[in-house]
Amino acid sequence: MQVSRPIRNILLIELFVPILLLTLGIYHGLMQVIYRSGVIQRTSVAGLDYYQGLTLHGVINAIVLTTFFAVAFGHATMIFYTKREPNKTATLVSMLLMVIGTGLAAAAILAGKASVLYTFYPPLKAHPAFYIGTAMLIVGSWIPYFDWVRMYLSWKREHPQESTPVAVIGTLVNFTIWFVCTLAVAYEVLVMLVPWSLGWTQEINIMLARTLFWFFGHALVYFWLLPSYIMFYTMLPKLAGGKLYSGNAGRIAFFIFLILSIPIGVHHQFGDPSIGRGVKLTQSILTFGVAIPSFITAFTIAASLEYAARKRGATGLWSWIWKLPFFRKDVYLFGYLINGLILFIFGGLTGLVNASYSLNNVVHNTSFIPGHFHLTVGGPVFLAILGMSIYMLSQLTGKRIYAPVLNTIVPYLWTVGVLIFSAGLMYGGLIGEPRRTNMGLTYLNPSSEQFNPYWVVSSMLGLAGGGIMFTAGLLYFISFFGTCFRRRSAEPVIDLPVSETLHEERRVPLLDSFKPWLAIMGLIIFLTYAPAISDAINNTNRKAPPYKPTDPVPVVRQ
Amino acid sequence: MLDKFERNVIITALTVSALFIFSIFYALGAKRQDVSECLPYNKTYETARVEQIDAKTYQIYYVARMWNFEPAISYIPVGSEVDLFVTSLDVVHGFNVFDKNVNLMAVPGGVAKTTVKFTEPGVYKIVCHEFCGTGHQNMEAEIIVNYPRK
Ligand SMILES: [Cu+2]
Repeated sequence: MQVSRPIRNILLIELFVPILLLTLGIYHGLMQVIYRSGVIQRTSVAGLDYYQGLTLHGVINAIVLTTFFAVAFGHATMIFYTKREPNKTATLVSMLLMVIGTGLAAAAILAGKASVLYTFYPPLKAHPAFYIGTAMLIVGSWIPYFDWVRMYLSWKREHPQESTPVAVIGTLVNFTIWFVCTLAVAYEVLVMLVPWSLGWTQEINIMLARTLFWFFGHALVYFWLLPSYIMFYTMLPKLAGGKLYSGNAGRIAFFIFLILSIPIGVHHQFGDPSIGRGVKLTQSILTFGVAIPSFITAFTIAASLEYAARKRGATGLWSWIWKLPFFRKDVYLFGYLINGLILFIFGGLTGLVNASYSLNNVVHNTSFIPGHFHLTVGGPVFLAILGMSIYMLSQLTGKRIYAPVLNTIVPYLWTVGVLIFSAGLMYGGLIGEPRRTNMGLTYLNPSSEQFNPYWVVSSMLGLAGGGIMFTAGLLYFISFFGTCFRRRSAEPVIDLPVSETLHEERRVPLLDSFKPWLAIMGLIIFLTYAPAISDAINNTNRKAPPYKPTDPVPVVRQ
Repeated sequence: MLDKFERNVIITALTVSALFIFSIFYALGAKRQDVSECLPYNKTYETARVEQIDAKTYQIYYVARMWNFEPAISYIPVGSEVDLFVTSLDVVHGFNVFDKNVNLMAVPGGVAKTTVKFTEPGVYKIVCHEFCGTGHQNMEAEIIVNYPRK
């Protein structure tokens, strides 16, 4: 369908800006595996320090890219399924806030004044521009949510008897999670960190800041993931040449995400003091609950793919797999999504390891963690973002994809890289290799007395996999930016692949209404987070003044 | 509302999750695995020291700061059960004892605690695994088990 020119241009900016910044994010990904493996034994290269690069890598890849994409893709699904356009002013204001905010945060990081990693980590202090920029990015991404709710309600009035499309439910669920969880981090940033970093307040409660951060920090991963889930349910079966086995399974999965994504953040804080064991255990158990929608998705999508393959004439118990359109240039999106799913099988299982109350002790903050989340964020999330970004770019500009062969092999090359990289990091984590550490300076520097030969093999695997990932990234950039510079050959449109459901599905009112699920969500969050926040406030004895990452003496007000 | 296959899928998903949850409780009971306790804080945790409680029980009070742990080296006899208390005087640090599944966060104003038994002699390295500033990669300590006392 056609989209008006202003909306089209805003969407293109929301796709172009993060992919442009991603070049920086991926460069620093490569640099980190080089530093960590001890190939470089320095604090900085080309004026960019290791921890500054780590901050850039984290902020750009995990917050900027994912947020921009979720907004652009949310617009596309809402426009396409409700046949309505978002409000132009609201969309413009949202985009400007996000772009300016990102610019502020990026400037602070590049100036070396915000090397606090993407988790903020007070009492390490960043320049106020970093916090304000991040807050603007987040607030900018809230605006479309309210606009979409309006579009949904107006669609609903015209179609009272129809089931809401799975993609619309997915998008609204995702942004509801996002809005609720970012309230906590907005409080942390605006009320605690900004006044403190400006020197207006002296000290803050670190446990409270950490708890608020993880209230947001884990839900964030579902915010990244749900656009991929929407694509798995609504596009993948169609791309494979079949139908979706069950639309209701999709609705159930999304609503379970809605109620369980947020009240599980404390599983990042098992090693933290001040929070009681009861809270930790409860949230650990709920974390297993949130694996349920992923199991449901895995089964439903596998069934849908098998159906597609059999429709193409496949037989046999397993050989149907080879009937799927793996290397077809015209359905390159299939390659992006299926590789994401394959990585997610490993990503989900290793995630359950982190979530386990006792296994977490083995792996917490070791390189196992980045090994795990590169299988999730670097897997289904990242691949869906890349595939859909170039797809939307090509549609919204009416330009054919540049170097389509490269574009088709990117997800396969990337997957090979991630598997090697993550295997290395996870193996290293099991033998104690720490994450977020410039190991080339000490542990992997043979001339240092802290040299630790245990971690040579694991970090070398990380280097090999990281190198392959970097190459895949380069090929993608050639394809993406090449497409930008081609000449228009078709009308600009938004047309998403739509999977029909295999069975005729009756409308189930419970699976087509947000109210009961929102009520349960609120209740569970209150029951799990009220004690956690109260623990953090009451069991923390002293507050902390700000510190610069370079200096063991606190920053005092001049 | 759901066909037989869909129902089976959801039941399988629930069963697998229930199995995982059962495993947590099993590990809590049989293996006595646990996570950091929630202790009321007081100033005494800010003094680094090793205390012997009885022949087989020790307590080590670790104080983390940019960029070292105190005590940097502690000597413990083989077979002792050691309570580890960890706090920080400045920023957030990590505390990972090699080979011992001890994995705590050192947070200003809070004290993390766990108990670990050292049955094998050796040098157990402790590294900081939370970014704590530009000297982060230098932050280390050692627990030396059954080496002759100096
Ligand atoms: Cu440290």
